[in-house]
Amino acid sequence: MTTVARGTVTGWLLASPLVVVLAGFLVLPIITIVVVSFWQTTEFAIVPAFSFENYEFLFGSAVTWKVFAATFRYAVITWALTLGIGFTVAYYLAFHIRSQNVQIALFLLCTIPFWTSNIIRMISWIPFLGRNGIANQTLLDWGLIDEPVEWLLYSDFSVILAFVHLYTLFMVVPIFNTMMRIDRNLLEAARDGGATGFQTLVHVILPLTKPGIMIGTIFVLTLVMGDFITVRFMSGSQSANVGRLISNDIGLLQYPSASATAVVLLCTVLIMIAILLRFVNIRKEL
Amino acid sequence: MEPRPRSFWVLTAFFCLFVLFLYGPTVTIGILSFQGESGGLTFPMRGVSLHWFRELFQQQQVGDIWGAFRRSFSLGLMVMVTTVVVSVMAGLAFRKRFAGAGVLFYVTIASLVIPSILISLGVGLIFGQAGLTVHWATSGFGSQLTWTLPFGLLIMFAVFNRFDPSYEEAARDQGASPWQTVRHVVLPIIAPSLIGVALFGFTLSYDEFARTLLTAGSYNTLPLEIFGMTTNVTTPVIYALGTLTTLFSFLIIGVFLLTVWMLARRRARLGSDAGKGV
Repeated sequence: MTTVARGTVTGWLLASPLVVVLAGFLVLPIITIVVVSFWQTTEFAIVPAFSFENYEFLFGSAVTWKVFAATFRYAVITWALTLGIGFTVAYYLAFHIRSQNVQIALFLLCTIPFWTSNIIRMISWIPFLGRNGIANQTLLDWGLIDEPVEWLLYSDFSVILAFVHLYTLFMVVPIFNTMMRIDRNLLEAARDGGATGFQTLVHVILPLTKPGIMIGTIFVLTLVMGDFITVRFMSGSQSANVGRLISNDIGLLQYPSASATAVVLLCTVLIMIAILLRFVNIRKEL
Repeated sequence: MEPRPRSFWVLTAFFCLFVLFLYGPTVTIGILSFQGESGGLTFPMRGVSLHWFRELFQQQQVGDIWGAFRRSFSLGLMVMVTTVVVSVMAGLAFRKRFAGAGVLFYVTIASLVIPSILISLGVGLIFGQAGLTVHWATSGFGSQLTWTLPFGLLIMFAVFNRFDPSYEEAARDQGASPWQTVRHVVLPIIAPSLIGVALFGFTLSYDEFARTLLTAGSYNTLPLEIFGMTTNVTTPVIYALGTLTTLFSFLIIGVFLLTVWMLARRRARLGSDAGKGV
């Protein structure tokens, strides 16, 4: 056996547990969803068929287009906010903190919430945003409003707030990671060349941070596009996105229709990622 | 040291606000879980009591939270061990640059970015069509791995990208077999990073919601149980539960970080024989 072939055999052997899990719980489920999306629903069961009914209904419904538009809107607004906040935080940590120990401690401080429960973190907004919550009380005390504001909780505002709260660290981590690899001599060179701090930021740091921004973008966009629980909980079931469309169909046992929506969502997400991946080589960035 | 520019103070203020934004709500429900017996879901506090924590331990009408906790804990351990073993093996595999590695890598990335509800739906459908019952330890376990394994593998990439191959060459030159090289050279060197992989494996599983939703079966995991409570529990008992499980997460994170720190210290103390002569 040649060395290359032997490497391939050992490689696949070592990777086989990963292959088994991904085949059984990723590839096979997706194939199943694609197949079931062509099935039909009768009153009592779902029956195998090859029908475009589900897709025709999906694309023919005005609700679908509205819901997809709403999903994109959530994604774009959340992306812009998480990018702005995430970039600023990462920049501060990477370039303004001089002691490495402080840097590690603050970085951990930003990432610890990632390892706690999303559901609890959503629930914890209730005492803040509710009708009698802290935000309303404060605004009343300051005399900025005369009566409690209703749109703080269970609205698009609270949905976006929760998204930003949950997902900003998906921006902070990759951007910080890329910034830490920037050669500090480049910054010195920029300064010696007479660049102001702001010019260095825009013309040196920002272009070099692009790969991190891309990875963060992929995370945030896919998490928001695929979400169904944040929108349901934080909007008090008043707003819809594609994920909720799917989970509602599942609740009604309309699996073929849920599958068709899922296929369209998957294609949308994959196209977005394919476009973003043109700008970055993930494996190089780790 | 040169003086701090003005932008430093502006950014420091921004950073403090960000940390407040991250932790403020959690701290708030922490305080509100000590709400008095007659108090509600928001301020003001009507007295201070442990009433809602007692409720958690006594009353069974809030559901089987302790059973759910036990299940989530066991599942977390199962996912953690599997994630560490599978990620290390796959990490070693990818160093061999085998044919088809690129495809496998992109499938793994797909596993990370695919909307969770698709995994839930697909796995649920397969089990339904095959006439199997979904259970947290089978379908739930597998579904969670599609979320933890990509993180594990990405960490392994980061680790091996920084790994100095001359250690292995030295071992080989001394006549070590490939297995001996891995067992006595590679694994000890990457051990601290494996604690990181384990942390991801356990906590991501312990808090996982979307992928477990349709795959956990009739016995809920803790996040599913908590989510069920949000629709029918309107007392601070839910804050008490939230506070306890967040404290538990902090405890777990603390244990992992402490272990990494101690390993690093031990290594710094014992790792080098420079200057000791032979």
